[in-house]
Amino acid sequence: MSNYVQLLLSGIAVGSLYALIAIGYTMVYGILRLINFAHGDMFMMAGFFLIYIAAIPNMPIWGALLLTIALTVLLGFLIERCAYKPLRSAPRMSVMISAIGVSYLLQNFATYFTGGLAQAYPAIPLISNKIEIFGVSTKLITVITPILTIILVVALVLFIKYTKIGMAMRAVSKDFETSQLMGIKINRVISMTFIIGSFLAAIGSIMYFSYYEQVSPTIGAMPGLKAFVAAVFGGIGSIPGAVIGAYLIGICENIIKSFPAIADLSNAFTFVLLIIILILKPNGLFGEKLSEKV
Amino acid sequence: MANTVLSIENITVQFGGVVAVNNLSMHVDEGEIVSLIGPNGAGKTTAFNAITGVYQATNGRVIFNDEIILESHPTGKMKKLYAGENADLYHKIISKTPDKIAKLGMGRTFQNIRLFKELSVLDNVMIAKHMRLKGNLFTDTFMINYKEERKLREVCLELLKIVDLYDLRDEVASSLPYGKQRHLEIARALATEPKLLLLDEPAAGMNPQETEELTALIRKLRKDFNLTILLIEHHMNLVMDISDRIYVIDFGKLISSGTPEMVQGDQRVIDAYLGVADDE
Amino acid sequence: MKKNTKIIASLILAAALLGLLIFIDNSELKSSMLSTCLQKGAIYALVAVSMNLLNGFTGLFSLGQAGFMLIGAYTYAILTIPVASRASVYQYFDGGVVQFAIPVLPAILIAGLMAAVFAALIGLPVLKLKSDYLAIATLGFAEIIRAVIQWQQVAPLTNGSNMLRAFPTYSSILFPFIISGICIAAIILLIRSSYGRAFKAIREDEIAAEAMGINMFKHKMMSFVISSFFAGVGGALLAMFQSSVQAKGFTSAMTYEILLIVVIGGIGSITGSIIASFLFVSSMEWWLRFLDETQFIGDFEVPLLGTGFRMVVFSVVIMIIVLFWRRGIMGNKEFSWDGIFKFFKDPFGIVSKIKAKGAVKKNG
Repeated sequence: MSNYVQLLLSGIAVGSLYALIAIGYTMVYGILRLINFAHGDMFMMAGFFLIYIAAIPNMPIWGALLLTIALTVLLGFLIERCAYKPLRSAPRMSVMISAIGVSYLLQNFATYFTGGLAQAYPAIPLISNKIEIFGVSTKLITVITPILTIILVVALVLFIKYTKIGMAMRAVSKDFETSQLMGIKINRVISMTFIIGSFLAAIGSIMYFSYYEQVSPTIGAMPGLKAFVAAVFGGIGSIPGAVIGAYLIGICENIIKSFPAIADLSNAFTFVLLIIILILKPNGLFGEKLSEKV
Repeated sequence: MANTVLSIENITVQFGGVVAVNNLSMHVDEGEIVSLIGPNGAGKTTAFNAITGVYQATNGRVIFNDEIILESHPTGKMKKLYAGENADLYHKIISKTPDKIAKLGMGRTFQNIRLFKELSVLDNVMIAKHMRLKGNLFTDTFMINYKEERKLREVCLELLKIVDLYDLRDEVASSLPYGKQRHLEIARALATEPKLLLLDEPAAGMNPQETEELTALIRKLRKDFNLTILLIEHHMNLVMDISDRIYVIDFGKLISSGTPEMVQGDQRVIDAYLGVADDE
Repeated sequence: MKKNTKIIASLILAAALLGLLIFIDNSELKSSMLSTCLQKGAIYALVAVSMNLLNGFTGLFSLGQAGFMLIGAYTYAILTIPVASRASVYQYFDGGVVQFAIPVLPAILIAGLMAAVFAALIGLPVLKLKSDYLAIATLGFAEIIRAVIQWQQVAPLTNGSNMLRAFPTYSSILFPFIISGICIAAIILLIRSSYGRAFKAIREDEIAAEAMGINMFKHKMMSFVISSFFAGVGGALLAMFQSSVQAKGFTSAMTYEILLIVVIGGIGSITGSIIASFLFVSSMEWWLRFLDETQFIGDFEVPLLGTGFRMVVFSVVIMIIVLFWRRGIMGNKEFSWDGIFKFFKDPFGIVSKIKAKGAVKKNG
């Protein structure tokens, strides 16, 4: 029994983290039709930011957390401005290649700067504490993560639904050109999207690494890919869809990890799931069909 | 009585709640030039796209050369949403893809020119011949069927001569002036060896003189290639001059049909184009 | 230039290159950095050209190249390790399940075919969909295949996460050049054939291509399968070059590198991909090595240099190319003697620019 609780708990925790990353993917794809391959690496960079900032003498942990979030948001903003904005009128493939270039650059930079070795993540007081639920001992983070994720997702959905910029985001994702003609400041909307995506990635990163305890330069790639699959699963562009997809992947993955014979294949499972959903429901669970005007 | 080449029965195309084409029926006989006209947004191009398989019609049937290329009825979510007529007339779903339909002998041009922009004029035409190639991937790659390829090239060059693009054969398609691009679209459609040619606003953006030349070209093509032609056009001179019969649609619905004289005198057509007097 | 002159010039160039290779092969340069870069460059050229066939000529964005190379490399290795060596290679698995070995050339061919079969299996569900999903599905596939090969349950076949080695390699550095050359020639012929034109039509406009009778799924599948076949062959050559293979080396970073080669060379240019492969491999393995070591100018220690700095510089250069020089070296054009001739008459269009300015002045 306690074994199942353990599995479910960690599945939900991991799923929540995938959800936070997946939102960044799905929002960017919804607006720019760009698979932002660098998003997973943003998540990795956020991990290193905290390691280096927390090492500064006399730096209080809350200061380090805030600075980490601020730096990640700044990085996301700058990446969009430098690497994607100049290619606004270029073919979509060029922008995706630019995203791959950014991912390659961030990974190489992190390898150079850190010496390429995995580094220990600082223990954050309180959330790294142990607690016991249903007879299972776990870190407090396992419980906090899903709660925080749900709060953030609800806040985001409300933001998109009721604020002016949120409305602009919805308009841009429906029709890029027309919303531009309607006077929406497209660059501001896109920057906002990247800022929100990076903010959630930073939060996700703090919780993910508090859970797994170490950061290495290539660690962002896998959670990034999985989060993207979650976004596709839920129907790309749909935030609730991405969240449901992420929980599903997180839980299934942990169940698979519990069987020693197939534990090695837990990463592979995500992509099998991708292929299955693409065959059965190519637009994802909540995706809209996009048809091209002829 | 001439053979019917294309027969369209009760076609309805609905996007979400919007009925773009509503219960349209028409037919085109062998050797005819038939025009489909109507005010902007009447659903002409949508009807074209449903016939050529780009969109799947929501309801109805299309028969081309005695073969059903489309049969459809509302399914899934559309069952509730469907706002057209004759929903229980058809029971099968047959939806041939555009390439199959092209292969059966239906060639088309596009309203908003869709050439292979970065490729040469000659390549544009030769691509349309690809499906008629007898060689396979292997023989074609290793030039075992080079004789066929050579012949194909000659046929395509002949086509370019007909539409007066021979001298520009090595130019990149996007560098051609607008009128020439429209000609290239026609040459490309001809290269698919069609029995029925669908022209979507071939004279759009042309001046009166160019339009006249185009009229002559379409007549010549019908004669030289034994073509049947279905035309969407806004230039009334061209339409009245060239058509054997005309169908008029407005808001997706057929409002009139017949010879150019009949259609011209039809009050409903005049109302559709000029607006009904009471409204103003 | 006349056609005959061009043919003669091409023959001279080819002969000169061949002569150079034979010279290197028979001198002490054979084990030099130059020779390493040439061999690896030739192999990467094949893989880059195969990726260009898909991304550049058919307009399909696929990121599975490393996965298909992995399949090729493993197929080759598993099929060719001499029976006598199997006990030591598969030391944890009683010599493995395969107890035969086949000659090199058929093994390379089968390596390509295996990659092609896997490509067909992925293509079946994915190629009917919007092409964005192909990128993510192929990237995912590359990850799956890497995980599956290292899976304990199949270890008697793949040796799990242990290295495969002791398979036959080549003795002359001409070997990778000849195989790559034949494969690239076949791809060039394909691109110039009617099928190649159909691929380009798909790249230019899918809806128009379909209206011209081109079966979208069939042709996308062809391009994808053929591209993967040659990636598989490239993988087999890479295995021979390295004289050992291990699944963990074939990461998505490898695919990214190949993609960047294609971009640097020019998306849609075969000669561009070939030139870029040699440039890429040489800068990465050789010319930029100094950035990884501490250097002194007089007594002054150059700052920043150190392990990994090379890769940072390298990725910055690539970003600059991606952002500001999107056409790459060749754009979508191919090498031609006319082009070279024109270049020397008017490098980078400088002469014509000056002339144009002069003309403006005169008119003004």
